[in-house]
Amino acid sequence: MNEPAIVTKDLTRTFGPVVAVDRLNLGVAKGSLFGIVGPDGGGKSTVMRMLAAIMEPTSGGAWVAGLSVTGDGEGVKERIGYMSQRFGLYEDLTVIENIDFYADLYEVPKKERQQRIERLLGFSNLTPFSGRLAGRLSGGMKQKLGLACALVHTPEVLLLDEPTNGVDPVSRRDFWKILYDLLKEGITIFISTAYLDEAERCTRVGLMHNGRLLMEETPDAIKRSLGRPMIELWSDNPRKAAEVLRSCRGIGGISIYGQKLHITIEKEEFSCDTVSLMRDKGIEVKGYREILPSLEDVFIAKVKEL
Amino acid sequence: MKPLRIKAIAHKELIQIWRDPLSLAMAFMMPVMLLFIFGYAITLDVNDLKTVVYDRDRGSASRELIDGMSASGYFTVVGEVHDQREIDRYLDSGEALVAVSIQEDFSKKLHKGIPAPLQVIVDGSDSNTATIALGYINALSEGYASRVAGMRGARPLPIVDPRIRVWYNPDLKSRNFIIPGLIAIIMAVIAALLTSLTVAREWERGTMEQLIATPVRVPELIIGKLLPYFGIGFVDVLLSVLLAVFLFGVPLKGSIFLLMFLSGIFLFGGLSLGILISIGAKSQLVASQISMVATFLPAFLLSGFMFAIANMPKALRVITYGVPARYFVAILKGIFLKGSTLRLLVMETALLSVFGLVVFAIANRKFRKRIG
Repeated sequence: MNEPAIVTKDLTRTFGPVVAVDRLNLGVAKGSLFGIVGPDGGGKSTVMRMLAAIMEPTSGGAWVAGLSVTGDGEGVKERIGYMSQRFGLYEDLTVIENIDFYADLYEVPKKERQQRIERLLGFSNLTPFSGRLAGRLSGGMKQKLGLACALVHTPEVLLLDEPTNGVDPVSRRDFWKILYDLLKEGITIFISTAYLDEAERCTRVGLMHNGRLLMEETPDAIKRSLGRPMIELWSDNPRKAAEVLRSCRGIGGISIYGQKLHITIEKEEFSCDTVSLMRDKGIEVKGYREILPSLEDVFIAKVKEL
Repeated sequence: MKPLRIKAIAHKELIQIWRDPLSLAMAFMMPVMLLFIFGYAITLDVNDLKTVVYDRDRGSASRELIDGMSASGYFTVVGEVHDQREIDRYLDSGEALVAVSIQEDFSKKLHKGIPAPLQVIVDGSDSNTATIALGYINALSEGYASRVAGMRGARPLPIVDPRIRVWYNPDLKSRNFIIPGLIAIIMAVIAALLTSLTVAREWERGTMEQLIATPVRVPELIIGKLLPYFGIGFVDVLLSVLLAVFLFGVPLKGSIFLLMFLSGIFLFGGLSLGILISIGAKSQLVASQISMVATFLPAFLLSGFMFAIANMPKALRVITYGVPARYFVAILKGIFLKGSTLRLLVMETALLSVFGLVVFAIANRKFRKRIG
């Protein structure tokens, strides 16, 4: 493992009595894609802002691209690209004016600029829209423009705060394709997301809840970390099925996904008795099988343990 | 400091102003409109005072006196009454502000060379107008008395004979000193208002978070934001001066270049103040309200525009030193009316520069590239 691109040590931030981030300790390897997941208000944006050196930690420290965010915040800013959660570009400027503006701020040399901007417009498919006002772009295109602006100075580390929030699925897939391309170029990406399917695509994932990092692992390791079997069960009436199951012993947690139920088994084997019990009560069970839990299952289970 | 980044910020601001017709209109129309409104509304000259006459004499002398008053242009006779009580009615209803009551033997006494009393009643509810009216009447009657005495071959009575000459504003037109002062007041408000929105707007729209995550330095950001508004401010001053000279007919005795140069120093302070307010406010509405109150009131009341600073109580007089409009009012009046040169205005120029630099420095310190 090479030297880390991001390190945090007991990184803490409070707002009055609220502890937004509580003693965060992290190491993100260079060239990796680190995802931080968790519900809104869990402290993800606060972590992002502290790493981008635009928010002062209350205590503890963080080092990004080898520089301390408290000691050399401006140095950090030269080496990172940051995309805030809220669209932060100028809606009354065109696509190309926005990119040019950021290229100037990062002092991108004139010689390389033309070529680099063409490339950024190319991979983000924004070339035909370069003269359009940013405010007139669709949500997905706005985010791609944000990414292009954050990349105009070829940063070492990319900090993306929920970049795909509210973006349609097709644009989300395009966006992730771009991220994978960037990863191949050796850039380190630190991304926060509320979508757990996106978290599965990360090299490593950190689960954040109420300011605390619950766990930090590869997605596979997280899924195996539950240590208990999980059953997926199909039913016509999942709500009623869940009701019945809750009255049974040995059932850990139940989550409903449409017609599917994900059931964690605590001690006993999930038996046919339970299924027949449900059938007795007039609930049709279409089928069941043991599955590997998804990140979401694990995350919900972990939060419930607290 | 990197010129490229300053240029980038300035260029961006310029595009944003250009694409926002409302702010563009505000920037160029507001000074013109304010100058129009205030320029016509504020006048300290008293003309056509409505006067009622009660002439019991009906002699040649009383006629002459009344004709002389009307001919002066200061008085307009709105009615002649035949009863003292009718005068009350005129004054009570406000139909007349001045009443002149002439006794039966006015002409007779004058011809004999005996002092002839003349009763003048003035509505004092507007004391400023009343004082001016009294002054006019005194001057008129004195002039009239000495003319009568002269006709009778006697020497005029006054022993001290003042020969008054008014310098700098020989016609005593109040417009001539109001308009230059007004330009100073208007520019004080406009300058702060122009920039008060720029920083707050970026916080409100969420663009500031992205901006402070770049390596742009605070002075670069502030100077970049000042530059386009500096240009607008210059155009505003020029427009105001042109209006003053060509529409209001105020003579510009001094150098237009000196005026523009000193306006530049004033604008630097005013625009920096707007930025400082904007940094503190973080919302456009609050910022614009603060800048209106913080500039208009002191500029209007404490700059010497409306009320002479020399007549203020000491505590207020001290405060006026911190009001930049005070220096700008003095500078504009000086250049317009006296044709003052830089040597005469060196004090004002120096203090104005100090104000600008101090506010600019505070704005730089206050602006932090941090959230929360």
